[in-house]
Amino acid sequence: MRKFCFTALASISLCLPALAQAHSGHGTSGGDRPWSQADAWFDPAEMDAVRQHMQAHHGATPLAMFMLNRGEVQFADDKESGVWDADFWYGGDLNKVWLKTEGEYDFDAGKVEGAEVQLLWSRAVSRYFDLQTGLRYDFEPDGIAHAVLGFQGLAPYWFEVDGAAYLSEEGDLTADFEAEYELRLTQRLFLQPRIEAAFSAADIPERNLGSGLTNLQAGLRLRYEIRREFAPYVGVEQHSALGGTADRMEAAGGDPDQTWFVVGIRSWY
Amino acid sequence: MFSRRLFLQGGALMGLSSLLPAWARSASDGNTGLRPATATEFNLSVGRFPVHIDGRAGEAVGVNGTLPAPLIRFREGDEITLNVTNTLEEDTSLHWHGLLVPFQMDGVPGVTFPGIRPGETFTYRYAVPQSGTYWYHSHSGLQEQQGHYGPIIIDPHHHDPIAFDREYVLVLSDWTFENPYRVFAKLKKMSDAYNYQQRTVGDFLADAKARGLGAAWADRAMWGQMRMSPRDIADVTGATYHYLINGHATADNWNGVFQPGERVRLRIINASSMTIFNVRMPGLPMTIVAADGLNVQPLEVDEFQMGVAETYDVIVQPTEDRAFAFVAESIDRSGQAVATFGPRPGMRAEAPALRAVPTLTMKDMGMDHGAMDHGSMDMAAMDQSGHGMMDHDMEDHVDHDMSGMKMDHSAVMAEATWPVEKKDIKRGPGVANVAMMPMSRLDEPGIGLEDVGHRVLRYSQLRSLARNPDLRPPGREVEIHLTSNMERYMWSFDGVKFSEVTEAIVFHEGERLRVTLINNTMMPHPIHLHGMFFDLVNGGGDHCPRKHTVIVKPGEKLSFDVSADHVGDWAFHCHLLYHMHAGMMQVVSVLPSKDRMKEKYNGMDDMHDGHEGHDMPEMHDMHEGHDMKPPVEMDHSTMDHGMHGEMK
Repeated sequence: MRKFCFTALASISLCLPALAQAHSGHGTSGGDRPWSQADAWFDPAEMDAVRQHMQAHHGATPLAMFMLNRGEVQFADDKESGVWDADFWYGGDLNKVWLKTEGEYDFDAGKVEGAEVQLLWSRAVSRYFDLQTGLRYDFEPDGIAHAVLGFQGLAPYWFEVDGAAYLSEEGDLTADFEAEYELRLTQRLFLQPRIEAAFSAADIPERNLGSGLTNLQAGLRLRYEIRREFAPYVGVEQHSALGGTADRMEAAGGDPDQTWFVVGIRSWY
Repeated sequence: MFSRRLFLQGGALMGLSSLLPAWARSASDGNTGLRPATATEFNLSVGRFPVHIDGRAGEAVGVNGTLPAPLIRFREGDEITLNVTNTLEEDTSLHWHGLLVPFQMDGVPGVTFPGIRPGETFTYRYAVPQSGTYWYHSHSGLQEQQGHYGPIIIDPHHHDPIAFDREYVLVLSDWTFENPYRVFAKLKKMSDAYNYQQRTVGDFLADAKARGLGAAWADRAMWGQMRMSPRDIADVTGATYHYLINGHATADNWNGVFQPGERVRLRIINASSMTIFNVRMPGLPMTIVAADGLNVQPLEVDEFQMGVAETYDVIVQPTEDRAFAFVAESIDRSGQAVATFGPRPGMRAEAPALRAVPTLTMKDMGMDHGAMDHGSMDMAAMDQSGHGMMDHDMEDHVDHDMSGMKMDHSAVMAEATWPVEKKDIKRGPGVANVAMMPMSRLDEPGIGLEDVGHRVLRYSQLRSLARNPDLRPPGREVEIHLTSNMERYMWSFDGVKFSEVTEAIVFHEGERLRVTLINNTMMPHPIHLHGMFFDLVNGGGDHCPRKHTVIVKPGEKLSFDVSADHVGDWAFHCHLLYHMHAGMMQVVSVLPSKDRMKEKYNGMDDMHDGHEGHDMPEMHDMHEGHDMKPPVEMDHSTMDHGMHGEMK
């Protein structure tokens, strides 16, 4: 199964150059030149090449972006852990390849508790929404691969939303949903409420998940943009396990409701 | 020993002006006004060079090592030769903005010529039948943002109707120390990255106090629901820009002199990449005498909004023995450049404080009911033919988010008497909004200037000094939509980015047609048509202003009439550099008339019989005709067929 997963990942990454290519304009070769009167004065082949280059550079320039949305340390009572949530994308206006990664490092145990990577093809399907599909691989805790179908975009009233359904190689169906909002206190100081909810279609004992709404995180972060691209923040986040998931956690001696203080950096390039 | 190296260092220490051509220097560096020195041959070298801007060192790309580039001044009708050598490691080009050159001299890579390769010298040669204030700039990549622009003055062949004692050229521009490709990338990733003037929670509370919580909330809800910002006025702002007048920031205080009582002609060129300027001289009225190079009936104003690539000539006549500020304020009020005019060199006028940031309204969305119902539509701005400004087919274009809105049919005017070619907007992720009720805004002064308490130029006031040369009514009308999605930073015409364009906009030689521009975006766009002047339909009858660039305000629908006299492929684009770079560009192909082609090439009809497709029975599409050489002879008597060999 692991092997299947990497093969699939590799095949997606092979598509990378093709995606950029798909965006470098509607290369018009041969007869269907959109305009050609300068061909009477200059070498038509040269004009052709320059025109295609020129068109591609007016609307089809592929770009790459890296965004560390959350790079933070979380503190609760005597616990401490590190959390990352970062994206990278490459592509044009309509088609992009996304690489998303999220994970958690437990400072006390000295190990990575959870680490997932998603490789997605993202297609702009409407004014404010992209449809995303691809694969997710959880390096920790259990090395399981998932097929992903999700969306990402900007909802009315400026809510940034992101949701996806995951079908694991074990046949388990899960989903998550995130929403963020930015309250502009000043031109550089933002208060950002954020919620994240996780769902499971069925009990997944190996992952200590009950069916239904399994986890809820609600946070509030205060961010100061020293530059647009670099902003430290502090905040607080409530983590709750719910339903069967909470029961399992309690049975294992854990606390299904935890309050964390966070200190972190948001940065992009 | 006095080495050259030492001399150059000394020059840098002595100040900015010593590195500039005479016309761009301050009075304190010896510039007491332009000298009418014309020439017929110009050698221009494009390269990289160090610059000192606003007290900081940077690197520019431009012409002959100066920012702005040298003044090119010649006489109307003279054939001039411009040898342009590219010392860069990338392609370059020079476009002569507003000049009626033969199209293969127009300088747009991929449209009119292949560009100027590294190490190559390209010779432009032309004579133009016009005079006035123009400018030139690169049409390659984002070089314009890096300093690749300069002024052009063409002295009239005969008597100049504008009398003046002294003249200056003022090149307004915006400079960033960031790489322009980085600026563009930042806009694509976060379109409001440079906007530090958004409304805050504090503004909301103040608004709630002033207007009531309900009204303030409803206003926020409306903008939020549309995912648009009423402070989205300029994409690139004073957060990165240093605004310049002749290469001088406010701190450098470009200064000019006058003797009290003199008539001083200011030739003002907006050579910015992205900045629409509000221009004023507090305490001194300005009389506009030319717009986009061509003379207009004198019009006294206190301020005017100036789109990127527009030029205005104004006469000022200071009588007091004191310094006056010349203020070029960015439309979003995030910064300004201030220069001084005074009776003595080196004077510094007090710079006025930046005014309050304007906030957009529903009107800028193209959906202001109040204005329609109360009859504030500008009747004077309607042309004599009674062509309506409202669009009967609007239902086809209704945006999902606004389907609840209804148009006011009582405001609908009579239809045009000529065929109107409406193109469907290609809907998709690139088009965030379609204006439901686009309207004429020619009688408005521009964003932020509605209530400034003094006289501000409105396009509806401009009248050409000369009678318009072609008074035929249009034979047809072409509608072009300005479209965008600010959030994705996508800009286009009719929802199609330049990278996706598969056919040009076709004009036929000899025809008179109307072009109607409908701005479906929240931003004003200075739209520029290469190769021909157009008559702005502003109620001016047979004295409509003839322009090469026109600002189309948010939610506005405006028209211009144009005579397709100059055969060739001509660029047509938004002159906001990053909008163009994102795709807000097209090509207008003026195809030779069939009559003339028939004259030249007998039997061509047979060749073309298989290529019908235009609903213009008397014309044929020339696109297939690559094998018809030698080239069709153009209108321009000055065209140099010998160029061909020289360029290879």
